[in-house]
Amino acid sequence: MLVLTRRLHEAIQIGGEIEIIVLSIQGDQVKLGINAPKHVDIHRKEIYLAIQAENSEASLASKTVLHELQSHLKKLERGENE
Amino acid sequence: MKLRTKYHGEVEVNGTDIFYFSNGIPGFLDEKQFVLLPIEDTPFIILQSVKTPVLGFAMIDPFLYFPDYDIELDEQTIERLELSSERDVAVYVILTVADPFENTTANLQAPIVVNRAKKLGKQVILTNTPYRTKHRLFPEKAGAK
Repeated sequence: MLVLTRRLHEAIQIGGEIEIIVLSIQGDQVKLGINAPKHVDIHRKEIYLAIQAENSEASLASKTVLHELQSHLKKLERGENE
Repeated sequence: MKLRTKYHGEVEVNGTDIFYFSNGIPGFLDEKQFVLLPIEDTPFIILQSVKTPVLGFAMIDPFLYFPDYDIELDEQTIERLELSSERDVAVYVILTVADPFENTTANLQAPIVVNRAKKLGKQVILTNTPYRTKHRLFPEKAGAK
């Protein structure tokens, strides 16, 4: 990993199009500004990882359980209509 | 074209039915083409990978099950999906179908947003939102029956 030390208001340029600026530092919190092209997705890492994990889990749904869920929902609907 | 799918067996789809997800979706970055296949008589719509037959996600219309669900698309998403009219937008959320199915959850934090007209799609990760990745589809039972 490349490690760079930056001060307040200093920036890092990544390639031609991505810039990261240190906007403020307060205690153990650093506020970063990021300029990047629109096609680049930027996320807080832990949130991205959570979505990734959720997608992986969701992809495992078996046909059987989905069918059970289906019939349960139908029962609920019928129940509501009665 | 014929497409092998996770839940529907082999189906016939048109090239024009294929949605393009330019960045894939988190965890599946190489999956850039999907079709939306409703399961008849159910609220489920499967987000089926074109490339990988065994990859399909069960989705629902969040507004049916979570009537208060309210999201705002950021400019980047609107631009990426080339959305010019609200008519073209469709929003789905992925279910994590659990076993037992009562524990099934919906991922309201990262809805699948598509442009129906231009056939573009993206899993949008909402920021500054109260929504999380696991919202129960059925409320927890208060006690055993």
